[in-house]
Amino acid sequence: MTARTVRRVGERALLVEVPGTADVTALYGWLREQQEAGALGEVEELVPAARTVLLDGVADVDAVARLLRTARPTAADTAHGELLEVPTVYDGADLAGVAALWGVSEEAAVRIHTEPEYVVAFCGFAPGFGYLTGLPARYEVPRLATPRSTVPAGSVALAGPYTGIYPHPSPGGWRLIGRTALLLWDTDREPPALLAPGVRIRFTARRAGGRP
Amino acid sequence: MSVLVVVRPGPLTTVQDLGRRGVAHLGVPRAGALDEPALRAANRLVGNEPGAAALETTLGGVALRAVGPAVVAVTGAPAPVRVDGRAAAWGAPVVVPDGAVVDVGTATDGVRCYLAVAGGIAVPPVLGSRSADLLSGLGPAPLGAGDRLPVGAPPPYRARPDLVPLPAPPTELVLRLRLGPRADWFTPDAVDRLRRDTYRVSSTGNRVGLRTEGPAVARARDGELPSEGMVVGAVQIPPDGQPVVFLADHPTTGGYPVIGVVPAADLPAAAQARPGTPVRFVPLRER
Repeated sequence: MTARTVRRVGERALLVEVPGTADVTALYGWLREQQEAGALGEVEELVPAARTVLLDGVADVDAVARLLRTARPTAADTAHGELLEVPTVYDGADLAGVAALWGVSEEAAVRIHTEPEYVVAFCGFAPGFGYLTGLPARYEVPRLATPRSTVPAGSVALAGPYTGIYPHPSPGGWRLIGRTALLLWDTDREPPALLAPGVRIRFTARRAGGRP
Repeated sequence: MSVLVVVRPGPLTTVQDLGRRGVAHLGVPRAGALDEPALRAANRLVGNEPGAAALETTLGGVALRAVGPAVVAVTGAPAPVRVDGRAAAWGAPVVVPDGAVVDVGTATDGVRCYLAVAGGIAVPPVLGSRSADLLSGLGPAPLGAGDRLPVGAPPPYRARPDLVPLPAPPTELVLRLRLGPRADWFTPDAVDRLRRDTYRVSSTGNRVGLRTEGPAVARARDGELPSEGMVVGAVQIPPDGQPVVFLADHPTTGGYPVIGVVPAADLPAAAQARPGTPVRFVPLRER
């Protein structure tokens, strides 16, 4: 495991900084295991983000900080999440634009997007909105210059290194490549979010006109 | 089971309890009462568990008609309380007979009143809490005229206080600040100035954050910080240099650097500080 910086955040929280998003996923998976094993004592929240994991509501901040400075999570901690298949109709308004940015046909763009296994690196922006990593770095795309005022729920979209799926209708500046009929967020379900951090994802292409 | 019918919702009245825990990793804010001691006190006065759901008003109060008898208590910001036009106690249990209207007037000082009812506001919980989360829209919407709020079964009788001591709303808001995690994004002089200068509570604040106005806090470096997890009390410095203190509905992650964190004990006063109130940040020495 790579270098880590542990920063105090107020009286009851710690921010752990790592070099990259893959390290975040490994660290978060390891922390969840430690939490379930009772090794962290009381911790209210574990919040992964792009380069950090926040531990909030920590009863014994000093003890957990010591543990974090010495512990050695391994890469094996990354692959623990369940695998979720996301059936997707690739007919998004920006699919042609994304294919052009990649210099390939739309069919090839769909193959490129369905090829990797993704993982939910972290959530944010709205409840249940996951930032999925897995697309090779050469396929990063910029956000739209002008965000759309409404993006329908279920839209599969790209921005920067991430793939996202809008759980609710909302404004958005990501490039829309497709849509899924999966209900991503349901407060009556446990867990309410399909795309929780650590969940692994495969996108599968469904025929346009059929049900996604 | 009694019901409270909203006669006058006031400028912004929401249902609040102690908020949601354990769901920040899904992007769900904590929410919950901004002045938690006031919520707990109101619940104690009516015999509820301290974290039962109650109403949080904003400056302008609220009026409710009881369908079935109710016992209520109002705490937080001092405000006139009337039952069918007759003056009633603030900070003490008040009986509201079936059909009567309890009216909490405009706060004479402070910002937020808490109206607890014996049995608690019994709207369905969402993710373990009845709190309205105004950032992501979870929980019950802010009150509207005509809304019917179910009241839970009155709690079993237990000894309860006649009065609970509560601090007065602040005339000057003193916010201690534990520096970090991103104090190194600011010049040493910026931290010094934050200690010396006086800020004021801005009128643009809300349940997401207390906004303050004053000399801009200068950054030592440019660039963007990748979004990272945020805690309640975090003092974010956006590009305009005006500090924002995160309150209960704050986003779970954010990309502006956090110069320091206000201890939880200082946040109830922040919830009661009116626009224009002077704010002094007191950076704490590192241990």
